[in-house]
Amino acid sequence: MIKKVAIILITTLALTVNVNASSDGELLLKKNEPSEVKDCFEGLNRATFKFNQVLDGVIFKPVASVYKKLPSPVKSGVSNSLDNLSNLVTIPNNLLQGDFMLAGLNTGRFLINSTVGILGLVDVAQHLGMSEYVKEDYGQSLAMAGVGPGCYIVLPVLGPSTARDTVASATNFLGGDAWYNVTVKNDTHYFRDIDYYSSKVTAGVNFRAKNYDSIENLEKNSIDFYASVKSLYLQDRQQKILNSKKIVNTQDDSDWEEIDNK
Amino acid sequence: MKIKFIILILLLSLLGFTKSYSIQPDVFVQSTVNKASSVLSSEMSKENKISELKLIAKETVDITGIGFYTLGSARKNLNDEQKKKYAELFEQYFLKSFSSRLAEYTNPEISVEGKKVLSEKYTIVNSLLKGTNERPEIKIDWRIYTKNPDNPLIRDLIIEGLSLARTQKEEFQSILNSNKGNIEVLFNTLREFSKQ
Repeated sequence: MIKKVAIILITTLALTVNVNASSDGELLLKKNEPSEVKDCFEGLNRATFKFNQVLDGVIFKPVASVYKKLPSPVKSGVSNSLDNLSNLVTIPNNLLQGDFMLAGLNTGRFLINSTVGILGLVDVAQHLGMSEYVKEDYGQSLAMAGVGPGCYIVLPVLGPSTARDTVASATNFLGGDAWYNVTVKNDTHYFRDIDYYSSKVTAGVNFRAKNYDSIENLEKNSIDFYASVKSLYLQDRQQKILNSKKIVNTQDDSDWEEIDNK
Repeated sequence: MKIKFIILILLLSLLGFTKSYSIQPDVFVQSTVNKASSVLSSEMSKENKISELKLIAKETVDITGIGFYTLGSARKNLNDEQKKKYAELFEQYFLKSFSSRLAEYTNPEISVEGKKVLSEKYTIVNSLLKGTNERPEIKIDWRIYTKNPDNPLIRDLIIEGLSLARTQKEEFQSILNSNKGNIEVLFNTLREFSKQ
């Protein structure tokens, strides 16, 4: 079964690789256009989405509702240290994308926040005037290399993804995430497996708490919640890949034009 | 004679002023936000707040335009009667969805930070929803339709870069796709939502 899923993922991914790969913004935008991403396994995706909703209702939502009541300094400390850890994936991806300056900057950020910032609890780098931190991952690096998203996939527990991003995230477990390497992969005597897994669960709870009201609101006011989540996820990925918040300037306005010219 | 002349000049200058008067999109957004905030922070019941918010939306949002944008290419297959029916159902759906979304906020503090003119017809107004202990600061951009500068209208809200109109469009598309493009299914879904 796992073999079959892996073959499907790799095949869809291979089909989306453009041999004339280009990092040109317009091409990237077009390739990652949410309406162009096929929902090849919609039935299975909807079933997984329902399963995730049940899981959310039983675990994440109740925990997040307690977590969001914690004092702000506690929540921002947790959020800062999770962001700090994510530098260990961001920095190699800055390098893969050719952003050497940014890789240097993020390395400096990580060193300062891990030491002066007490294991990342305080974002000292920001107080020193460093630019806003932007996360990068292996899916974004593959996209920058010209790989299209492939099919839309909903993963159990982890939620929305695409074929490209699912395959790319495997890199984290193959040596691409230093945090995974020192906790799970290698026995360093300083960290244990639980440190890695608890950081991932905390990241999930932190995300859920930050978006608590928005998710509740969206669910209550959607006529197809699955489709809304899919659209928001794909729009967000498109923006992250472009490293841009200029989507309003670049999105397809032809539908608006047609309405205006009626 | 002199008084008549002065009145005439006053009337003419007033006419000229009215003609050249146009509402700046950022001022329009700030005033709309202020109106909504004063409703939300008032002591009135939730039902009354919702009614007031619906009135503000009717005045400031291009509901018909958003409705036909949301329908995507499916609008080309509708006859006039279906278009009329859709416009009615969409307005009911939109007002209910919009007002109940907003009514959850008790006293949202939104400040307009800037604007960018995209074209003669569109300006993006940038604003910030102030963070609270329970939610972080949120960046909200407003797509303002300025074809008639005297009467600017909201066409989209882009929250942290995510377009609500676009999300709604893909949601409607999904319902049509799952039902072989049958518009009646969408009509029923909208009707059911508005009844809730």
